[in-house]
Amino acid sequence: MQKKLSEFIIGEEGIVIKVEGEKHIRRRLFDMGITPGANIFLRKKAPMGDPIEINVRNYELTLRLVEADNITLEVGKK
Amino acid sequence: MKRFALVGNPNSGKTTLFNTLTGSTARVGNWPGVTVDKKDGVYKKLEEKIIVVDLPGIYSLSPYTSEEVISRNYILDEKPDCIINIVDATNLERNLYLSTQLLEIDIPVVVALNMIDVVNKYGDKINAEVLNKILKVPVIAISALKQENIEVLMQEALIVSREPRKAFTVLEKSTITHLIKDVATAFKGLEVDNPLFHAIKLAEEDELEVANHPKLLPIVTEFKNTFENEDFGTDFEALVADARYKYINKHLSPALVRKNLLNHELSTSDKIDKVLTHKWFGIPLFLLILFLMFVLVFSEDLFLLGAFGIVDENFVSFAGTPFEGLFYNGGINSPGVILFNFVDSLSTLLYNWLDVALSGLPEVAHGLLIEGGLAGLLAVLSFIPQILTLFFLFSFLEDTGYMARVAFILDRAFRKFGVSGRAILPMVMGFGCSVPATINTRTLATENEKIKTIRVIPFFSCGAKLPILTAIAGGLVAHFGIGNVDVITFSMYLIGMLTAIVAIIAMNHTVMRGPVPPFIMELPTYHIPQLKSLLVHLWEKLKHFVIKAFTIILASTFVIYFISHFSWTFSFLADADMGDSILASIGKILLPIFTPLGFGSQLSTWGWVFVVAAITGLIAKENVIATFGTLAITIASALSITVGDLDEQGITAVGLMIQATNITIPGLIGFIVFNMTTIPCFAAVATAKAELPKGKFLTTILFWLGTSYIVSSLIYLVGTYWWTIFIFAGVTIGIIFLIRDINIRKDRRKLA
Repeated sequence: MQKKLSEFIIGEEGIVIKVEGEKHIRRRLFDMGITPGANIFLRKKAPMGDPIEINVRNYELTLRLVEADNITLEVGKK
Repeated sequence: MKRFALVGNPNSGKTTLFNTLTGSTARVGNWPGVTVDKKDGVYKKLEEKIIVVDLPGIYSLSPYTSEEVISRNYILDEKPDCIINIVDATNLERNLYLSTQLLEIDIPVVVALNMIDVVNKYGDKINAEVLNKILKVPVIAISALKQENIEVLMQEALIVSREPRKAFTVLEKSTITHLIKDVATAFKGLEVDNPLFHAIKLAEEDELEVANHPKLLPIVTEFKNTFENEDFGTDFEALVADARYKYINKHLSPALVRKNLLNHELSTSDKIDKVLTHKWFGIPLFLLILFLMFVLVFSEDLFLLGAFGIVDENFVSFAGTPFEGLFYNGGINSPGVILFNFVDSLSTLLYNWLDVALSGLPEVAHGLLIEGGLAGLLAVLSFIPQILTLFFLFSFLEDTGYMARVAFILDRAFRKFGVSGRAILPMVMGFGCSVPATINTRTLATENEKIKTIRVIPFFSCGAKLPILTAIAGGLVAHFGIGNVDVITFSMYLIGMLTAIVAIIAMNHTVMRGPVPPFIMELPTYHIPQLKSLLVHLWEKLKHFVIKAFTIILASTFVIYFISHFSWTFSFLADADMGDSILASIGKILLPIFTPLGFGSQLSTWGWVFVVAAITGLIAKENVIATFGTLAITIASALSITVGDLDEQGITAVGLMIQATNITIPGLIGFIVFNMTTIPCFAAVATAKAELPKGKFLTTILFWLGTSYIVSSLIYLVGTYWWTIFIFAGVTIGIIFLIRDINIRKDRRKLA
């Protein structure tokens, strides 16, 4: 099943399929290790539900829901 | 001398390594045009001396942040003799991503595999030799913190720096190899250095590269027409980033042996994080930490132990000595206050000693040197203890990794105002002192955010402005019999904060328009800060501040003393005769300007004192009320009023000013707000000048003047003639629509 990172619930995990968005943001996401094939785990949400904290390539990264909306993942497949 | 550049991710231990390498030889400056630290120093332990340059921490050589552009330009244009690429061994995958880009440049590289001790502690193993083979450059495992293997690293760097290195890319076997080769050949033809690096960046259609070499772009576009990749289409940016990570992943597994296979197991850092960023407790905990910090810096009765009678309320330490009350004065002093008292007592001793020692000088010289120069300088230097303590505590929190979490928990609330969660720290610090607050804006991500934050910091009323509030509020209550001192003081703080919010929103829609900067940020693991790094950092800031105090601030202090103690015929005036001074006549000329603010032409004879007080407040805001005190006796005798003893808070002096000028309540409030929101003291102005990007200083001064003028006028006019609120509301709505209209047009033009 495909799902956007912005729709993830805490503890959910998936493999990145597609990264879209404005050039700037996309580049930044790539540079931080969010490329197709990367495994992402949603660790936490901020007190107001946004931004979110994920684990990618073995480190913790935070991003806003608007930015997470650019990332599509495949979930439920191990 | 050979130059080695330190390049690496933020939080990779780069600063620690730099401090270890350069020690006391380190110099800190700014990269031209931007407020990013430029650090260099000398390494002396090799057979030749080496200049070590610390480049800003970056994740990639992309062209989007000023840190990335600085590092990229430095490496490509200044061509260091060797790049020391520091890599965090606990986070190899992402760190090596930058390495793969550095390897595409024809400059010798050594990889410093840092924090190897931490990796070993967890029972994991990294095989440096395997890494060496895949990266084709020497890889040295070090611990910057424990200073292990540093000399071996530098020795290796020196060896490789002697031979040119041929660039190498991990994209050698990728689907766009042909394209890269073709573009690289074209670059070679143009005799551009580092053809491989430029070729790859052009293939990615990197902004900087396309702008610099538009003529070569058709090669890429043509290639794209014949190219189709099932995963990425012709999106080479994604393809390249993916290829880098694939290469790292594929070759990393033999080099890295993980004992700890469970990825999501909670480490100590995670456990701390669970509490500090908790859904319900996160924000209250932050407020508590903030409160504790202010208590540690400013409290004169630690934890209110004196007030509650838990410790002796009447005891005073060192009573009867020059250091009376140093540690204890009816309550335990906080570390910040102890330091403050210490420096303050020393300054008083110095001042009194010089005052007597130089009493033989002519009155004019004595006045200028002692009362003008020395007193002004000591007033500024007396801030230092609390500025440093506050700055130390915040740097400490920054280094633990907690500040990144603060940004995380508060981002949502602050984004509405067009600033990220990070901006809250400098703003709150502003309640203590604008100087460390302004320096702290360096941690903000974008230039626009820095400018916005620096501009509103003075609106968060600092410690030195509090005496103005309490004295005038006290005068208001005593003279007009209204309200309550605490309520008035508190409302003033609120007005300041409200002004800040409105000012930021106004800037977002006018001069600072632009897309919201992304908030994609690493949350580093918590760790205990290294005291040495903190102290080095603190020392650098102290040096800058003292240099400024002795130059800009001292000069301005002299000028103000001169114009307040000399008449136009250059005859020297005693304090009480300030009414005949140059400054007073300037005050009288400027007076009409302040009429809409409530302390202008509508006041009687002594009205100019308000204007003069505001100007002397530029040296240190305490001077505003002190000026009233200085002139109190003169005013009282001129009006033949008898005043009792002047109290320390200046309430009597304010009362006298009210009697002498017939200033109204809204006028006094207007005066407070003007002082609170206008140009801050010289120390803060000098710091702002250093931290603002080029060309933004003058507009910032105008911004402060404009904001304070508008806000004070609004308060005075609405306070005096309540119905003017409708005029203001109408004008505001008109301006909002006008700005909207202009912005819509601008956007349309941009689209067209």
